[in-house]
Amino acid sequence: MTTTSDPTVAEDEQRPEIGRARLRREDERALTGRTRWTDDMTLPGMVHLSVLRSPVAHATITSLDTAEAARAHGVVGVWTGEDLPEQGAMPTAWTVSDDMKTPPYFPLSVGAVKHVGDIVAVVAATSKEAAEDALELIDVDYDELPVVVDPLAAKQEGSPLVHPDLGTNVCATWGLDSVTLGTGGDAAAVIREAESDPDQVVVRRTLRQNRITPAYIEPRSIVVDPNAEQVTMWSATQVPHIVRILMSMTQPIAEHELRVVAPDVGGGFGGKLQFTREEALVLLVARRLRLPCKYTETRSESMQSSHHARDQVQELTLAAKRDGTITALDVDLTADMGAYLGILTAGIPLLGGFMFNGIYRVPAYSFHCTDVFTNKTMTDAYRGAGKPEATFGIERMMDELAVELDLDPIEVRRRNWIRAEEFPYATAAGLTYDSGNYDQATDKALAMFRYDELRAEQQRRREAKDPVQLGIGVCTFVELSGLAPSRVLGGLNYGSGGWEHSTVRMLPTGKVEVVVGTTSHGQGHATAFSQIVADELGIPFDDIILISGDTASSHKGMDTYGSRSLVVGGMAIVGAARKVVEKARPIAAHLLEASADDLEFVGGKFSVKGTTSGVTIQEIMLSTWLAHDLPDGLEPNLDADFTFDPENFSYPTGTHLAAVEVDTQTGRVRVRDYVCVQDVGVIVNPMIVDGQVHGGLTQGIAQALYEEIQYSDEGQLTSGTLADYLVPAAPDVLRYRTDTTVTEATTNTLGVKAVGETGTTAAPPAIVNGVLDALRPLGVTDITMPCTPLKVWTAIHEASARATEGQVTA
Amino acid sequence: MARITVNVDGMNFTHEVEPRTLLVHHLRETLGKTGTVVGCDTSNCGACTVLVDGESIKSCSVLAVQADGAEIETVEGLAAADGTLHPVQQAFHEHHGLQCGYCTPGMLMRSVCFVRENPEPTEDEVREGLKGNMCRCTGYQGIVSAVMAYSQTAGEQEAGR
Ligand code: FES
Ligand code: FES
Repeated sequence: MTTTSDPTVAEDEQRPEIGRARLRREDERALTGRTRWTDDMTLPGMVHLSVLRSPVAHATITSLDTAEAARAHGVVGVWTGEDLPEQGAMPTAWTVSDDMKTPPYFPLSVGAVKHVGDIVAVVAATSKEAAEDALELIDVDYDELPVVVDPLAAKQEGSPLVHPDLGTNVCATWGLDSVTLGTGGDAAAVIREAESDPDQVVVRRTLRQNRITPAYIEPRSIVVDPNAEQVTMWSATQVPHIVRILMSMTQPIAEHELRVVAPDVGGGFGGKLQFTREEALVLLVARRLRLPCKYTETRSESMQSSHHARDQVQELTLAAKRDGTITALDVDLTADMGAYLGILTAGIPLLGGFMFNGIYRVPAYSFHCTDVFTNKTMTDAYRGAGKPEATFGIERMMDELAVELDLDPIEVRRRNWIRAEEFPYATAAGLTYDSGNYDQATDKALAMFRYDELRAEQQRRREAKDPVQLGIGVCTFVELSGLAPSRVLGGLNYGSGGWEHSTVRMLPTGKVEVVVGTTSHGQGHATAFSQIVADELGIPFDDIILISGDTASSHKGMDTYGSRSLVVGGMAIVGAARKVVEKARPIAAHLLEASADDLEFVGGKFSVKGTTSGVTIQEIMLSTWLAHDLPDGLEPNLDADFTFDPENFSYPTGTHLAAVEVDTQTGRVRVRDYVCVQDVGVIVNPMIVDGQVHGGLTQGIAQALYEEIQYSDEGQLTSGTLADYLVPAAPDVLRYRTDTTVTEATTNTLGVKAVGETGTTAAPPAIVNGVLDALRPLGVTDITMPCTPLKVWTAIHEASARATEGQVTA
Repeated sequence: MARITVNVDGMNFTHEVEPRTLLVHHLRETLGKTGTVVGCDTSNCGACTVLVDGESIKSCSVLAVQADGAEIETVEGLAAADGTLHPVQQAFHEHHGLQCGYCTPGMLMRSVCFVRENPEPTEDEVREGLKGNMCRCTGYQGIVSAVMAYSQTAGEQEAGR
């Protein structure tokens, strides 16, 4: 049962569209197979590219012979790194610290390979099959080098070096401290003191974030037509604007010569926010050949080469008084970058640095992070980017604290969380949470979940020594969403602004084109954004269309990632629409022969206050287009641009509760019930919000129970297909029960927060806390994600072995 | 090369194909039927599911030559000629059974076949029935609701006939 209040009727007469569960206008094309994915495209004379990927994790290339491949049937050309001297280094957009080391990273590797899947050559041929066949004729000799796959090992002196020229595997170090920030006390000192104080407790844990991958279902695909007026690239990307600018900054093409189009894009989840080597290669080869070129990755290539995520070791220390009040939190993080740096790679753990304190009052906080290189695929953003990792850390620690103090996990949270009357609240990590009401959401969730009944059942099962134990998992979270404000990003050395742009164009017939800089890959922008514009302009939903995802028509934008489309992009739309209204006002006054100040604009119509007659904005547009009778000096158009740069992030929050059954005989975990009550601010389209929540929860549960990118000690990827990387299917997950509470965001006039990343943020700790809650009476204190049957079973058996050993020695 | 004829969504197509060509590539590349898509190379994702002589199959797991003479139904043939959505499409629309839409063609074709085999499924049976099709966006909740709703309309239509 989904209990979102009746969605089909909007409650606000002034805003009849916002809050309404409009069915999506995106659906019809997708349902009828008329979508246009990049791989669907064929251009006259198009050739197909395939790339040769390294089968070894670390090696010097001693010889690379492409002659035979070049002569093969259908082959148009073969290139290695040395054959493409014009290729520029792949960029990273985030230099997190002065000590950050940026290793060489080119579209085609030159001289060495650093991970399985690294690219050494590219073939162009008249068919994909011919290109693939030719790959087998390329002769490469690898002189294998020592490999490091574990991030902690990579930090050690004497570890094999991923990039020997850098002289270290440490990419960067970065920290945050409430003393230097002036936001709180000295965490180390507080912890030291707590250690020798019987009235305080110190909880230390080392937690791991498993390496996972976004696993969008549409493989990445790129088509480049070098013969168009502007060289045109279609790419399955979340970030056409960013691809264009980074391409022009690093590869031999000027920005104005390149047009990047993201047509229909199948999923992203951060996985498609790179500027990729494959994109650069298709462009380079297409320009050399003067022929349209296409490259589409296979799933196995995707697993090897599209970025991975998470992969952290978190050493956490939490100090608290005996009543449960937190006094300090210290975080020492080791984050695995993989072998190279993508656009955001080094900054992802840093984003988490702001969120380890979660929703709690933490009087002293310190965070230190070491980014390290390993011989694995690079990591970067995945749904939540840094914040799920941080939320996992603090929410696991809250449970550990509860166990230590023998408190209910909800109670220990309640004693620490920021109270409704304390907002806006400045955290020790230096952020200001604008609004929230954690009691409200939690109380609602507890009631829906029937928490007390489940606790009673848990007790019964424990007493009965039931082979299937029940665990209750809790996560109370807050997210940092809507990557912006530009000023803040600048302070973090992030190589881009965080604003977003929109143009609202009134057409002569009164219809409206809304141009946005964000791109959609399933989030329903065309529907939700049209709802916003319909309310702002008071015109019918069906009179609005959205234009996005093409740098030629959507000329400015920062694209879609970090839950910024609504909270940043949506506000750009509101700003542009309001400018349109203001442009129309003097024309309305002229037409109505009234003073502009006397006019009110309600429901799409200007009228003199207190009267009913008036003129609609759509009528005004027609007269503006005719321009027969405009006030002197007025420009005859009603188009407006607006660029929005918010003052703050957005902070969605909520409480997730999971009931998990753990079969102690097989180790199998079954999620029996999952309730979440979230505060995502004002909701534009509850149906779309529910969909985002369900999808995010599934990915979050998948991180907790199923998914893991695994490497052997030699750096071989052992989870390289969807057969062994376990993306959940329908029977693996359940029907979620969701609801919302609303505290409006105070940092934007729509009052919206964000929603896309809440599920991946909150579900992993909720599930793992639940599994451990089920197994604690058996002596199990930790299981690393994913909690597979084997790991759970092993943990139970190790705990019982420890217990027996304890009895023997006692 | 082998000469094959397939009937796709009511139209016959005769072509010479390489013996190694997969049915999905024949549909997409030779026939231009790009509604059916590819998501993996291990027959795990189900994105390429079509109906071959009424059976839902992953078109990446059969060769085009194996489909010689077969009647193939794809997502592009589901809606009526006047554009009216097929009840399964309508159900996915109404229950938010798709987000990015990439898995959708395969999901729809699998759902049609599944409901034909099991006209009154329970929710668990729907989930089991869709286990060969992956969706990364929806968390399956909208999809499962859609298939439940579709099974009801399909049942009512049968009863009404
Ligand atoms: S493409 Fe056929 S199952 Fe994945
Ligand atoms: S809707 Fe995106 S994969 Fe299913």
